[in-house]
Amino acid sequence: MFNCNVRKQLRDFTLDVSFQVGRGEILVLMGDNGAGKTTVLRMTAGLLTPTSGTIRIGDRILFDNAAHIDVPVENRQTGYVFQNSAVFPHMTVRDNVSFGLRARRLDPETIAARTADWLERLTIDDLADVRAGQLSGGQKQRVALARAMVTEPSLLMLDEPFTALDAKNQAAVREWIRLCVHEHDIPCLLVTHAVGDAEAVGDRLCVLEQGRIVREENFSGTHG
Amino acid sequence: MNVMADEKRQKFRARAAKGIAATLVLIVCLYLTLPLVALVLRVTPELLMTYLPNETVQKALWLSLLTSGIATVTVIAIGTPAAYFHSRTAYPGKTLVDTFIDLPLVLPPAVAGFSLLLLFGRTGLLGTYLHIIGIDVAFTTLAVVMAQIFVSSPFYLRQAKALFEQLDPAYEETARTLGSSSFRTFISIILPLTASGLISGAIMTFARALGEFGATIMFAGNLPGVTQTMPLAIYAAMQGNFDVAIAISVLLVAISLAIMLAVRLLTRNRKYDV
Repeated sequence: MFNCNVRKQLRDFTLDVSFQVGRGEILVLMGDNGAGKTTVLRMTAGLLTPTSGTIRIGDRILFDNAAHIDVPVENRQTGYVFQNSAVFPHMTVRDNVSFGLRARRLDPETIAARTADWLERLTIDDLADVRAGQLSGGQKQRVALARAMVTEPSLLMLDEPFTALDAKNQAAVREWIRLCVHEHDIPCLLVTHAVGDAEAVGDRLCVLEQGRIVREENFSGTHG
Repeated sequence: MNVMADEKRQKFRARAAKGIAATLVLIVCLYLTLPLVALVLRVTPELLMTYLPNETVQKALWLSLLTSGIATVTVIAIGTPAAYFHSRTAYPGKTLVDTFIDLPLVLPPAVAGFSLLLLFGRTGLLGTYLHIIGIDVAFTTLAVVMAQIFVSSPFYLRQAKALFEQLDPAYEETARTLGSSSFRTFISIILPLTASGLISGAIMTFARALGEFGATIMFAGNLPGVTQTMPLAIYAAMQGNFDVAIAISVLLVAISLAIMLAVRLLTRNRKYDV
């Protein structure tokens, strides 16, 4: 279970949200530009510091203002897929996917095995030795997803993962996301603008307005 | 009749405009290349064979390469992390720092050299104290390096600053969320993605350091083998043996052309869409 209860003073308003996401559940955050959706993801990842509150994944406290706990970004074990996928263009697809494992200094056999496994799962094994800068939008998004998932994160966050994709790739990436989250039974936070994406991939919806959750909705039953 | 006359007039105007533009381009090209042509026309293989092995020329060449190399490495070592911190952090006085970085570009080199002398000279602001503990900087090889660093650093710092500002922060943020330390992220993500730009900035810095004259002569003097770099050796030779000046000049032109070529090649290849 992912628990987020944070406040942060932004330029125009105070972001103040409190929500939970269960294991294997995809919570969609929707709202206008500047409503605070991405700020929530960035605070969870440790890229921004909340003014107050707590962020927990299960028993693990990532941030607790009162207890002076603020786990550094590299130790939070969260998977974050950025809007533009941010694949490292100077590395091959394989090196992109294995980056997190190498950063955590796992042994070479484990790195090779887990990387090969995720390349295969997201059907990018035939692109393993291609430089990531040469990939299409859909391929990049799959590399970014594999790169995040291979580290076995305890929470997956996706920021507008469908924006740069055509309709065919959107459907495929939606499917990959659901597969990853359900198979690994981890909570997932997804930020999107599109209602269609929210309904197609999400289990639950929170609508943000000026830093506050103004509406919550369940999509249960929509997916098979 | 009138329509035909108008058309003719328009054609004439277009032709005249093209003619004027071509003449202006030609003037620019001639102005920039004729001095070099004048230099090259004075060169003969015999002149090069006689004077390139000359002791003064050799000393000046090696001193120039050594000091410019040290100056460039120093600028890279201190400038790269500084430029990264500067472009990624908002802090009070940032605009002022931007102005300081650009300062050597507008400051006359002679003034730069004189100011360095007033700071590090034996009776200078800091030099007085350094002298007490036995350190004299002015008129030494170290002074040559310091003058070169002062005038050439903006070429690297401006380039590095721009590269880091243009680089999408999502790359380093992704790396951090994947468990990479800030140092590892800098080495394995940020440096490779900006490498070609940083190298061309470093080459321009080296070229500027190699050609430095005004600040060096004011702060380091013109001592053969100690502070006499190639531009200073040209100046000294002009008052004695003109042929030596020609030989060193040709050598400097050759190095400059090689540097220009290297920058062109580097900026053409290895560019990532970041």
